[in-house]
This record gives sequence, structure tokens and C-alpha cells, in this order.
Amino acid sequence: MATSAVPLEQAVHSEAHELPFIRKYIFSTDHKIIGIQFLLFSLLFLLLGGMLAGMMRWQLGFPDAPMPVGTILPETMAPDGILLPEFYNSLVTMHGTFMVFFAIMPLLVGVFGNYLIPLKIGAPDMAFPRLNMASFWIAVPAGILMLAGFFVEGGHAAAGWTAYAPLSADPEWTGVSTGQQLWLLSLAILGLSSILGATNYISTIVNLRAPGMTWFRLPLSIWALFITAILVLLAIPILSGAAIMLFFDQTIGTHFFDPTDGGQPLLWQHLFWYFGHPEVYILILPAMGVVSDIIANGSRKPVFGYHSMVYALIAIGFLGWIVWGHHMFQSGMNPTLGTAFMISTMLIAVPSAIKVFNWMGTMWRGNIRLHVPMLHSVAFVAMFVIGGLSGVFMASNTFDIYIHDTYFIVAHIHYVLFGGSLFAIFGAITFWYPKMFGRMMNSLLGKIHFWLTFVFFNLAFFPMHSIGLGGHMRRLYDPSQYQFLQPMQPINKFISISVFLLLASQIFFVINFIMSWFNGRKAPENPWEDNGLEWSTPSPPPHGNWDKSPAVYRGPYEFSSPLVEEDFLPQYRKLETDEEPVAATRET
Amino acid sequence: MRRLIATTVLATLACGGGGGDAGTSDGGGAAAVAPLGSASIAGVINFEGAPPANPTIDMAEEPDCVAKYTDGPIDPIVVVNDGKLANVYVRIVSGLPEGPYPMLSEPAVIDQDGCLYHPRVLGAMVGQSIEIRNSDPMLHNIKAIPTENRGFNISQPREGMTTTRRFRVPEIMIPLECNVHGWMNAYVGVTDHPYFATSGEDGTFAIGGLPAGTYQLEAWHETLGTRTAEVTISDGASETVDFSFSG
Amino acid sequence: MSWILPPSASTFAAQIDFIYYVILVITGIAFVVVEAGLIWFVIKYRARPGRKAYYTHGNITAEIVWTTIPAVTVVMIGLMSGGLWNEIKGRDSVPPDAIPFGVKAEQFEWTFTYRGLDGELGTADDFSLRNQLHIPVNQPVALSITSEDVIHAFFVPAFRVKQDIVPGLGATIWFEATETGDFEIACAELCGLGHYRMRAMVTVHSAEDYQQWVTSQTTVALAE
Repeated sequence: MATSAVPLEQAVHSEAHELPFIRKYIFSTDHKIIGIQFLLFSLLFLLLGGMLAGMMRWQLGFPDAPMPVGTILPETMAPDGILLPEFYNSLVTMHGTFMVFFAIMPLLVGVFGNYLIPLKIGAPDMAFPRLNMASFWIAVPAGILMLAGFFVEGGHAAAGWTAYAPLSADPEWTGVSTGQQLWLLSLAILGLSSILGATNYISTIVNLRAPGMTWFRLPLSIWALFITAILVLLAIPILSGAAIMLFFDQTIGTHFFDPTDGGQPLLWQHLFWYFGHPEVYILILPAMGVVSDIIANGSRKPVFGYHSMVYALIAIGFLGWIVWGHHMFQSGMNPTLGTAFMISTMLIAVPSAIKVFNWMGTMWRGNIRLHVPMLHSVAFVAMFVIGGLSGVFMASNTFDIYIHDTYFIVAHIHYVLFGGSLFAIFGAITFWYPKMFGRMMNSLLGKIHFWLTFVFFNLAFFPMHSIGLGGHMRRLYDPSQYQFLQPMQPINKFISISVFLLLASQIFFVINFIMSWFNGRKAPENPWEDNGLEWSTPSPPPHGNWDKSPAVYRGPYEFSSPLVEEDFLPQYRKLETDEEPVAATRET
Repeated sequence: MRRLIATTVLATLACGGGGGDAGTSDGGGAAAVAPLGSASIAGVINFEGAPPANPTIDMAEEPDCVAKYTDGPIDPIVVVNDGKLANVYVRIVSGLPEGPYPMLSEPAVIDQDGCLYHPRVLGAMVGQSIEIRNSDPMLHNIKAIPTENRGFNISQPREGMTTTRRFRVPEIMIPLECNVHGWMNAYVGVTDHPYFATSGEDGTFAIGGLPAGTYQLEAWHETLGTRTAEVTISDGASETVDFSFSG
Repeated sequence: MSWILPPSASTFAAQIDFIYYVILVITGIAFVVVEAGLIWFVIKYRARPGRKAYYTHGNITAEIVWTTIPAVTVVMIGLMSGGLWNEIKGRDSVPPDAIPFGVKAEQFEWTFTYRGLDGELGTADDFSLRNQLHIPVNQPVALSITSEDVIHAFFVPAFRVKQDIVPGLGATIWFEATETGDFEIACAELCGLGHYRMRAMVTVHSAEDYQQWVTSQTTVALAE
């Protein structure tokens, strides 16, 4: 526990101001700086992932035309601007990889886990600040290795982000060797970063809560991050192990997944999805958490059914471990397992429904302020519902026979990860931007960005349900090769144009993000009139967050409380009737 | 004049790989390094007996390829015309002086036309460009399955696409295959010297630009095996070496 | 295309589609309730000066209601699906009178092996066709599929049939076509750079035509 003493001392002595630039902003141990580092890192990958998607959509919408400016790509990717099938497969693989591992996961876990946990529980920093710094600086080489794959002979990994063996195990089947190896190495390294982060989050939440911050006074964002950190800690090592096994198959001639020498391809799928399904909840639980915070704020009402919300998070976290087989209904595993996995999968609908209805309950009879974070949060609920309901179709193992590996799945995952997670991320960035950078984001630009994104997102992804139901396979380089898909080409074109406009709409966010950093209106301490502890310190907070550890007098969502005139009652505000809390976890 | 002949022969070899027609086509290319000599070997590959029937290919799924054939397409595994065998790869196995050898600057060309490889058997030097063309309006992929060299697996989804690849190490022979059209097979022989040739439709082959010496030759056919021969040749002379295969 | 699934041409296609419509109705109701509720709340409870939100922390009855209803509904959907699943994919679901076929999947082609006239696979009068499956109508067929290299998936949209083919594991699937005509077979699992071209055709013949066709093909096969 020696490391945990460091930030406390720093807080007391305010050493922060004496740190040289490189220690303060580059190799910083301050959770807020690390959070912002993760933010810039993952937004970069979000942008790259979006560009890869744009290239794929060009090929799908206009399979006969060379891609505009595609001629700048090397001949191994797109001779004369015509995307090659092997490059398309790399795009498919890397779009998924970037978005899942390098954009959404670090945005939610790396950014908001780092930034919010200490600030919202009243801690001066993470329990292990140096481990925290390591977790970011381990992620950076992982990202560089992942990018490097595009420039090696044979091209980048092309076996899908799920890297199904034996396609991924032997270069003979794809022509890709170094690219796939870099992909595996990068994920194994990134896994280390995630594990360090998760250890830190769990330790911090358990040990460093401010006096009065009992478990059931924790904001739902922190509950969600706590459950997520446990999932990360348990799930990521499985991926790392599997990735190393596959790496050995590729390099030193082991045959874990190679059936010609006694290996078992299904083992990869079991390992991957045993990690992969908890991973899906890693990508959505923190989004649910921050959305709960923002919806309460926007509705000016306490979260409806706070305890149910916590139990639902725990239930999702638990059920996430026993549903992985639903990715493998059609894989040829024992069909009896199919029914068992179907039932457990169906049950996930229950806690999900609880959360949706409680968000609605929170808005019910509220006094709703439709600020930009609230717009994104309401959109999150609206889109998550579509993603959740489409999940019921796939959960039915029988109907899944037909829609497995079609665009219906693609629609589903994008309604959950874009309509869900990414809207929550946009909302959360706007909500905590003033705390991070001391300036407000522009509200008008924010609203333009929201509405364009919302409209084009739906125009892009809703029709995918339809072509999926028509049998349109996913990961298909040129749909026009099949007669039964040819009538869907106009829809494909429509989707592609919508995706281009969706991508173009993000310019408003980029402009807003950059301009506000320099020219935004100065943020007050508590711009959203919120109740969390983070709003009791200046924007941005100093190193160590508070001079003196704050005390917590009540739950996180006391909006419109009859006890006070205003419609918010922060956790840190002491009323005459309140008693001083006893330290919950530590001496102050 | 001598030099001109040697140059022509070498250029012919470079193109002969492409046309499967060594000895008749006239190319315009030239060797980058002066040839080591001006002796040459020429010959004919004879086939004795009745040639085995080649299987027909059911190409119905690719009407664009079927349209390129007047009769139904057959798989040209053993091509015999008037008792002469085509697609035999002949190379000098030993007897050559130490390198370096003249580099073939023209690329060896292999074309995919009518859902078959042309030529079916191709010779190339280590480091020589091998230009792979697609003359069919559909996807072909080209998978090279070497044992000594680094393999590749590339695709050409459009008509008119070309891709260039090289091999770094001598290897006899490297199979090429298209996985979209399982019947498509070709073979590439890679040597560190330019003294090889492939027999054309008329069964002839020619190797030129040789210094005087005694050489072991090997003739290779994909299903009929190999034959060897030895020849001694003086500078500027021309010797005939024939090979004979049977079914 | 449309919200309506493509034409169905096998015995269990209609049953699978029925499950789709049931789920569509149930989720459709949930969809309308939630989305309409959200829009309604955003409009009706929008911020007005001088008004305070209703201060409540929740309601146990409401929680019980919206926990129970989804739980019961999804379990029912599950039970409904599970029965049909066993009929289609259960280990011993293949009808005994199904005509056996051998299928080999490899990058990027399907090879179908027919039993010929003697009614048995693995005999001299077997014959194989590349990317062409011919079957009789109204007669169950059983496909024993193996993969030579990577994972492929055998997909016939019109029959609502899909099965991953894992190398070293293989799979036996069955179905019964109810319409004559040509239907496309696709590979549904990313299997490499030619994945999008790994297509084949299934031709469903009337019983008489099929017998005739097999006879002609077997003669050719034996002649070679």
C-alpha cells in the first residue's frame, strides 16, 4: 500500500505545481491527465476506425467504381483505387478491432474510469498512480503495433476481429502472417494495460471512498465502472492467453487450433467468446452508468429505482459469463447446449428491461432540461432499446439459424455500440468536458452534431436490419455476386451515403472539441447544477483534487429535494440536520 | 552479330516464359549483364505412345470464360501435338561457372485467360519480376505454395489487373493455384541463372548465351516426371538435346 | 428488400418465419411503448421555469411488474424456439429416409458427392459436381459436410438453412425442399479473400426429373 500514500502526500503539500512539464503532462501520475491522455488516444482511433468503415461502405455501395482518392493507397491495398478483397478483409478486421479495443473500451474504461472514479468518490487520486501511468503507456505501444500491421508484407490481419482459427492460425489461408502476429501481440499488450487499470479501479473504489460515501451512495457511473473493472480483470486474461496460444500456432508451430494436427478450432471460439461476451458488457455497462447520472441531472429527479439499477448492473455482469455460446449457435457445438445458452441469453433481457424502464421512470414527471448531454443520453436509451430488442431475435437459436452472420447482426451490434455506447460517450464528454478542460463546449455546435449524428446514424444502420432479414451476409466484399442480393443494392448504396454523411457530421464534434479547448466559455465549478463530488472542486481540479477530503452527506441523485429551495442538493452540501459522516474507508 | 543473336535468344527466353513458345517469338528486351558466352542448346520434347486424355472442365458457373472456347474447355495437363510435348520445363542443373549470371530484365508474364493459366509452366530467375495478369472479367486469386520461398496469396477482382511478385531463392517447382476456380493450376520454376526454357506447343525449347562447358540438363513435366541429359558444348556452338517422355 | 422475409422453400422455413413474426410483434410492442414514452416524456415534462420535478426514489410495485413481464415473455419465446431447434438441429433429428449427400467445402468452392443409382455413398457409381447440388422436391435430404481448410458456413437463404463447417468436426444437416427451381448457396463465414465468391446453386427437381437426372449423371460417371 506504499504507493497509495503518494497522492495523499502530494495532495496535502500541493506539490503538483512544482512538477516539470514532462512529469505533469506526459508521464503524469495524475488520474485526470491520464484520463485526458486516454481521451485523445482513443478519439484518434475512433476517427481511424470511422475512416476504415467509410472505405468499406464505398466498396459495398459502389462495388464497380474506384474509390475517390483511393489511388493514394499502395498497390497491395487498392490498385487504381479499386479495393482488393484481401484489403477489404483487413478493413473489416481492423474497423472492429479499432472500435472495440482502441476506441470504445478505452473511451469508457480508460477515460471515464480514470477521470471520474477518484473525483466522484472523493479520493485525491487512484490507489496506485504509477500503475495507472503504466496502464496508459503500455496502451501506446499496443496501438503503434496495431497500426504497424498495415505496413508489413502480406497486409494486416484479415480474419475478422474475432480472428476465427484456423483462418487466423495459418498464413496459408490468408496470405497474412506478420500482420496477424502484430495483431495478436498488440492485443496481448493492450490486455496488460487493461488489467492494470482494472486492478486500480477496484482497489480505489473499495479503499479510497470519502467519509460518508457508502456503497449505496455511489453514483451509478461508479457502480457500473466497478462491475466493469471486475469483468475486465476476469475476462481480459482469457483473451491474452488465447492470443498467445494463437501467436504460438503462427510462429513456433504449436497446433492448439489446427485440426490437421489434433488442434481444435472451436476451442478458439470458446475462449474468444468466453472473453468476448463479458467484453460486450464492458463496452456497455459504463455507458449505462454515465447515462444514469446524466438522465437524473437532465430530468432534475433522483434515479428511479436506484437499488434496482445497481442489482441490474450486477445481474448483467454475472449473466455475461454464461451466455457466450449464443455466438456459436451455428458453430456445430452440441445442439443441446444451444438451448441452454438461449435461455441464459434471453434472461439478459430482464435486467436490461429493468434499466430501460427505470430510466423512463426517472424522466417521468421530471423537469427535463434538454442540454446536449441529456440529448445524447435520451438517444442512448432510445437506441439501446432497439439494439436490445433486436437481440431477442438472435437469442432465439432457431431464428438465429437464418440471421446468424448476416447484416442483422451488424445492425444489432451498431445499435448497441454506436447507438448505445457512442452516444453515451458523446454525452459524457460534453458533460464532463468543463471539468476536464475548464471550459464549456459550444451548445449550438453540440446540438447540430447531435441531431445530424442521430439522423444519419439511424438512416445508416436501421436499413441493415432489413437487408439482414433478406439474407445479406456480413463481411462480404461484393454483394452483387449473388443474384438474391442484387435487388438490395439500392439499399446498400443508401446505407453507404448515410454513413458518409454520418462521418462528415463528426466534423462538428471535432471542431467543437478543439475550439472549446481554447476559446470555450470559462466553466464554473458546477455548470450543470449537479450533485456529484467532482463539482465541489474547481474546473479543472488541481493535482490532488481537493485541499481537504470532502465529506458526503447523502446519495448522489437528490434532485428536486423538498429540503432545499434549489432543485439540486449536492452530496457534499451540509444541511443543518446533517451529521458529520464517519470515515467509510480510510483516515483523512 | 554474335551479341545480337545472344541478346535475341535471351529476350526470347524472357518472353518465351510468357508465351510458352520459345524460339519463335521476337522480344525487344535485353539482358542487363553481358552474357557469359554464346553457345546454345536447342531441342524437342518427344512424346511416345498415345497421349492420355485430358479431363474436361465444367466451367458452367463462369460463362465469360466458357465463351472463350469454341469446344468445351479441357484441362491441358498433357499437351501433345504430333508427338511433341508442350509445357516441359528444361533447365541446366549443373556445370555452370560461378555467377553472377546475366539478369533477365524483362518480367516473366503469366496470364489468367479463359479461367486457365497461360503459360501453365513458367520459368523465372531469382529476383526476376513475375507479372501476373488477369484477362478475365472476374475474380481470380493467385496462391503460391512454395517450400523454400515466402508464399503469397493475392487476388485480382477485375479484368486487366496486374500484380508483380518475385521469388528470392531457387525452387523447382512452385505450384500456383486459384481457389475460386479449383481447376486452375500452374507451376513456376525458379533458378539463380537464366539458362532454362519451357517447351512450346510444338515441343521445342532453346537455351542460349551459354559459355563453353559440360552441362547436366533436367526436363520436368508436372505429371510425367523428369528426364536428364548431359551435353558438352564449345564456345559459339549449338548443340541439340532431345528428351523423350511416355504416357 | 422488405420487412418480409424472402420466399421460403423448405418445410421448416415457414416455422422459422413464424418465430420471427412472433418476436417481431412482441418486440414491436415494447419498441413502440418505450420510444413513444420517451418522446412523450421529453415533450410533456420539458423544463418550465418555477416548476420542480416530482421527488421520488422509485416504486417497488413498478419494479416487480417490469421485471416479471419481460422475464415471462422471453422465457416463453425461448421455450417456443427450443422445440423447433431440436427438430432442425438435434443430434438425432435427421429423418431416416433422407437422401445422403457428401459435401466438401474448401477455399472457395463446394464439391457435392452424389450416391448414384445404387443408393449408397462411397461406391463406384458415386459422382461429384462442383458448386452444383441437385435434389428432389418434397424429400428430406441429409448433407454430411466437411471442410478441408478453414471454417465455412453452408447457407441457403430460401431454405433458412445455415451451418458452420468446422474443419476436423464437420456437420450433418438436413432439410426438405418444398419448391422446385434454382436457389443460391452462399458461404456465410468469412473464409478468406475469395469468401464473397464462394457460392453455389441448388437445383430442386420434381421427383421424376431427379431420377432421370441421376441416371444420366451416373452413366456419365461410370463411363469415365
